[in-house]
Amino acid sequence: MGIDSLIGGTIWDEYSDKVTQLMANPKNMGEITEEQAAAMGAKLIVADFGAESCGDAVRLYWAVTPNDDIIVESKFKSFGCGTAIASSDTMAELCKGKSVDEAVKITNIDVEKAMRDTPDKPAVPPQKMHCSVMAYDVIKKAAAQYKGVDAASFEAEIIVCECARISLSTLREVIRINELTTIEQITDYTKAGAFCKSCIRPGGHEAKDIYLVDLLAEYEKEKLALIADAGDSVSFAQMTIVQRIKAVDKVIDENIRQMLIMDGGNMEILDIKENGSNFDIYIRYLGACSGCASSSTGTLYAIEATLKERLDENIRVIPL
Amino acid sequence: MRVYLDNNATTIVDPHVFEEMEPFFVQKYGNPNSLHQFASDTHKPLKEAMQKIYAGIHAPNEDSVVITSCATESNNWVFKSIYFDYILTGRKNHIIISEVEHPSVIACARFLESKGCKVTYLPINSEGIIEAHTVSAFITDKTALVSIMWVNNETGAIFPIHEIGEICKAKGVLFHTDAVQAIGKVPVDVQLANVDYLTMSAHKFHGPKGVGALYIKKGKELTPLFHGGSQMGGLRSGTLNVAGIVGMGKAMEQAIDSLDFEMHDVKELRDRLEDAVLAIKDTFVVTPREKRASNTILVSFRGVEGEAMLWDLNRQGIAASTGSACASEDLESNPVMEAIGAEADLAHTAIRFSLSRYTTSEEIDFVIDAVNTAVERLRGISSSYAYAPEGHESGLSVGH
Repeated sequence: MGIDSLIGGTIWDEYSDKVTQLMANPKNMGEITEEQAAAMGAKLIVADFGAESCGDAVRLYWAVTPNDDIIVESKFKSFGCGTAIASSDTMAELCKGKSVDEAVKITNIDVEKAMRDTPDKPAVPPQKMHCSVMAYDVIKKAAAQYKGVDAASFEAEIIVCECARISLSTLREVIRINELTTIEQITDYTKAGAFCKSCIRPGGHEAKDIYLVDLLAEYEKEKLALIADAGDSVSFAQMTIVQRIKAVDKVIDENIRQMLIMDGGNMEILDIKENGSNFDIYIRYLGACSGCASSSTGTLYAIEATLKERLDENIRVIPL
Repeated sequence: MRVYLDNNATTIVDPHVFEEMEPFFVQKYGNPNSLHQFASDTHKPLKEAMQKIYAGIHAPNEDSVVITSCATESNNWVFKSIYFDYILTGRKNHIIISEVEHPSVIACARFLESKGCKVTYLPINSEGIIEAHTVSAFITDKTALVSIMWVNNETGAIFPIHEIGEICKAKGVLFHTDAVQAIGKVPVDVQLANVDYLTMSAHKFHGPKGVGALYIKKGKELTPLFHGGSQMGGLRSGTLNVAGIVGMGKAMEQAIDSLDFEMHDVKELRDRLEDAVLAIKDTFVVTPREKRASNTILVSFRGVEGEAMLWDLNRQGIAASTGSACASEDLESNPVMEAIGAEADLAHTAIRFSLSRYTTSEEIDFVIDAVNTAVERLRGISSSYAYAPEGHESGLSVGH
């Protein structure tokens, strides 16, 4: 939060002049026909991306000369908001004169940078960055069509945040190196999740295969597993409360409980409290033990001595 | 020309309302709860304003119309106090709302849900309307509250509040209605409608922003949301917004006086705009006219994305909306369009025009031209309107 987040409704104020102008007068809007492509000695490529039902769709037309793979003409049509139209227009412009292999390297970030008025001020507000991603995706589709390959083959990595183009491997690494535990931290470190927010958790604008919350959960599990594996070597004092209860239970199971059951009794652990330097373990006797005279003398002494020996010198056992 | 057709988001303050409010800033600025003349100067104007507000919804004097800061506060009060008084105590565990309530109701219901309360979200029918019998079907002996809006903010659809009030009364369930879009557009009578709680907001009927109210029937008082210096009879503490209350009173009086004008003259303008818009090919309007508030149209232009349409209209000086202004910052489609089960590819194309008694005939002519221009341009750019999917020859006939 903070002063810039408190008054909403400002997205249009944050568009660059270039975005505003391109929205009003897109230069490359239109189609390329078979005849026009043939007249340029070029092959016509038409690629679609997105769907009206998702809120944005774009259609990219390329005329590509087959001897050198150069995109000699590039046009678009788009169903979408102002940013979608302006980024599609910019994308079509950036494709012109490039070879298909060069065009594939154009990303949504290049498109957004090309629409800036000054190098250091973003052309669109964060939540609109999403609209430029489509421009990137449609190039991949057009190139795939031209080369007769699968569009996925251009993508070497799994991209989790498409707006900022942050890959799965980068995110996993950054989370572990910096021991990140919150979405805000991930966004601060990587910019992932700063834009359309679809990649943060399910239920956003777009469905994803993997979300930032999944990556945090994955790391959390790893940490827990590490602690659990180290459980045997950790001292009683360093254990979590759950680990302490489990440890006490284990010792009692292995050394004491069988004895009590043979005498028709049993016991349960009620609580473990830190009391100064002592660990007070509260127990309750069950069955025959609850009336047995030795339960407050011999048996109690045996339980306490075993726990002291196996777990910690400072353990005291208090029957209730 | 600048034309404002976003009156369901907010309205111009009526100059007469502004005039009545003015003395309470620099001259009569006393705190009504103090004991001196500065305070006393506010008492008569406040009382008169309260009487106008009571009269506007036909509330008996024994009931309470508590002034709040906005409709969102009024709605939050009802839901959170229902939680404290009925859910948390274990007396009840269920509430019923419609799936197209204002975000301030939906968000409260979701919050209660997160606290363990069961919530039923009633569906609207294909005309965008809640049918009263669906309410009946979901009420159980554990239902604490039914909350259904009087007029939908996006479509203008009028919901059968009287029938729902009847049902709730018969079943002994508390009934709240968010009447923010109803005041000044349809007759609102809390006694006829059998409502226990009713929310309103001054700035939706030419009053100032920052003033709302919650009507509370006698005997149905709720735990306060605001505790403090016992203003508003202890029901809602906080220094009285004197100018705001005076403004709301005047605005209510004007709204009631203008009700006939709204329901006939404004409707005529709205219908003319609607006829012209529907004359454009591949255009759809939600909810039949006679079942809608007289000032609202929610229309879909196939192949034209909503925000792009707003952009083009804005460039021509026209203010409209893609739906609730509260929701227009995210990328999501119009919730009402999804709820009525409109074709998926129309969900992002809805535009709302909402008129007021200040809308003129010349403005409507201007808007009709501007809409035609914008639709033509944007369908020309659109990748999904009228292109031939097979073969790549130009399938687009600009201007259809």
